[in-house]
Amino acid sequence: MVLTPILTAHWDEADSYKLEGYKRHHGYVALAKALKSDPDSIIQTVKDSGLRGRGGAGFPTGMKWGFVPQNDGKPHYLVVNADESEPGACKDIPLMLANPHALVEGVAISSYAIRANHAFIYIRGEVPHVIRRVTNAVKEAYAAGLLGQNIQGSGFNLEVVVHAGAGAYICGEETALLDSLEGHRGQPRLKPPFPAVAGLYASPTVINNAETIANIPYIIRNGADWLKQWGTEKSPGFKLFAVSGHVKRPGIYEAALGTTMRELLEHAGGMRDGHTLKFWIPGGSSVPMLTEAHLDLPLTYEDMAAAGTMLGTGTPMVFDETTSVVKAVSRWLQFYKHESCGKCTPCREGTYWISGLLKRLEKGEGQETDLEKIDELCQQIMGRSFCALGDAAATPFPGAMKHFRTEFEAGVRTAADIAFDPAATTIFSKANV
Amino acid sequence: MTFTETTWNEAKELAGRYPHSRSALLPMLHLVQSVEGLVSSDGIALCADVLDLATAEVAAVATFYTMYKRHNTGKHHVGVCTNTMCGLLGGDAIWNAISSDLNTGHDETSEDGKITLERIECQAACTHAPVVTLDWEFFDDATVDGVRKALSDLREGKEVKSTRGPVIKGLQASERLLAGFDDDEFDAPAIDEKMLAGLHRAREVGQTLPSSEV
Repeated sequence: MVLTPILTAHWDEADSYKLEGYKRHHGYVALAKALKSDPDSIIQTVKDSGLRGRGGAGFPTGMKWGFVPQNDGKPHYLVVNADESEPGACKDIPLMLANPHALVEGVAISSYAIRANHAFIYIRGEVPHVIRRVTNAVKEAYAAGLLGQNIQGSGFNLEVVVHAGAGAYICGEETALLDSLEGHRGQPRLKPPFPAVAGLYASPTVINNAETIANIPYIIRNGADWLKQWGTEKSPGFKLFAVSGHVKRPGIYEAALGTTMRELLEHAGGMRDGHTLKFWIPGGSSVPMLTEAHLDLPLTYEDMAAAGTMLGTGTPMVFDETTSVVKAVSRWLQFYKHESCGKCTPCREGTYWISGLLKRLEKGEGQETDLEKIDELCQQIMGRSFCALGDAAATPFPGAMKHFRTEFEAGVRTAADIAFDPAATTIFSKANV
Repeated sequence: MTFTETTWNEAKELAGRYPHSRSALLPMLHLVQSVEGLVSSDGIALCADVLDLATAEVAAVATFYTMYKRHNTGKHHVGVCTNTMCGLLGGDAIWNAISSDLNTGHDETSEDGKITLERIECQAACTHAPVVTLDWEFFDDATVDGVRKALSDLREGKEVKSTRGPVIKGLQASERLLAGFDDDEFDAPAIDEKMLAGLHRAREVGQTLPSSEV
């Protein structure tokens, strides 16, 4: 498979984030085309393209749009989920920084398709530099008549609000995001009703990830079949893969779905000198880890599922042999404990107890029964929590145990920092530590 | 403290930006924090008044989100990502060094009142690990020495720039932006080699697309 610089094609141009820079490369041509077509035909094109959500779950985008009831007399809303906070995920942030107009144009087209006259871009609060760029792009689009009233004489009106969050991973869960956007604590809602029927302000709402929406202008301009030239039947298209960790050239690699991790690793320069791969996680801490044995699997939704993991956000984290798995998993569980919204008992209590038990294993102070206990706690959370955050918290430990059981067993006697020199894991291991 | 008429008017302006005014609560909490450096009882009362909510409803929201501080903060907020990727790649070492330098723990403020220190969660920049934030502006590929220098410059009032461009101006300035009042820093150069790694590699191996398509 191949690298496919599409969303990233012009990031090295000094004005890639400005209207002028974006327009130089067919910017807003797709919007003009869309405004001349029937909204249903846009939904059909997106369905035909097979585009799947890039936020993690991989739900077919066109199908999601199709769930919105039409002629129901209610206002419709488009909400962009740009609350990128999953450990390992770092692709929406650079996308919005370098190419915010692809998102803004995508918002305009998608809103037109689902008959929304109001759209919100919910960006996590901790990234002011990105909020500036997106805010500026929206301003430029308004000034050019690409947003606002009677866009390009089409009679279509669209107001777009850029909204900053305030530090809560749970708001990446779509219904928690809606509660947050309504000015409440970000806690997930019971489904059904699904947001397509009763979402923001109890009105039909489509929530899509920022990368998903940024794909839309390219699909509308080039056609559904264009997207299908890449990937597989079930996972068509391309993806922003963000490769991080102990590789020589960590960074953003836009490539066809179905690219293997071995290929991505090669593009990223391989492991840092003198070190070997220990484990990698295809799409955020919420999906089970894989090893060297899985490097030749195609990075698609279906192949990752068949391997017992998920493509998730498509942002592989790569760790070498200096890394303590116990420490890595322990730290992720600290995160889930911190971010649990507290609404449901399995997640609130479960993350508290698992993180505590892992912490003592990390210190080498574990007890013989700890592994069994953690496993049982994970099973009590999995499938029993209110939203996917609980399931996510119950994932890293069983995933790691499959490959590195003995390392956890050693936690009864040996501290992770003794078994694995923390200084060797750092990227500046020669100095400063 | 008593808020000025300007702040009241700005809060009302925020409420008017949304189809339902309560949606302005998060931005409004950022606004009062931008004025006071924390979300005080007075700030909560202002939000409740403008949105016609009970103060308890506003307090329930303010305490849910980690970016809102219910206690005084220093001029600058310094976050060290100690989630798995950043922590293991160097964030732990950075945290240990500066926490000890400043004799300041998590969510505490240094004695001189200049710096509030926080262990933070994933900042969506794992490719740039270890990541530190200065008033939520990114300080990518951080080193112990680099962060020490930045903090000492900040404490001396010297200019420090984010690795993604903007000048570090203080937590309250960042909070104002988050409230929805834009500043003029969007032109600051932000794209680096890591963000361009795939594009450059694609050119190197001849895997670019025809310009008619992208």
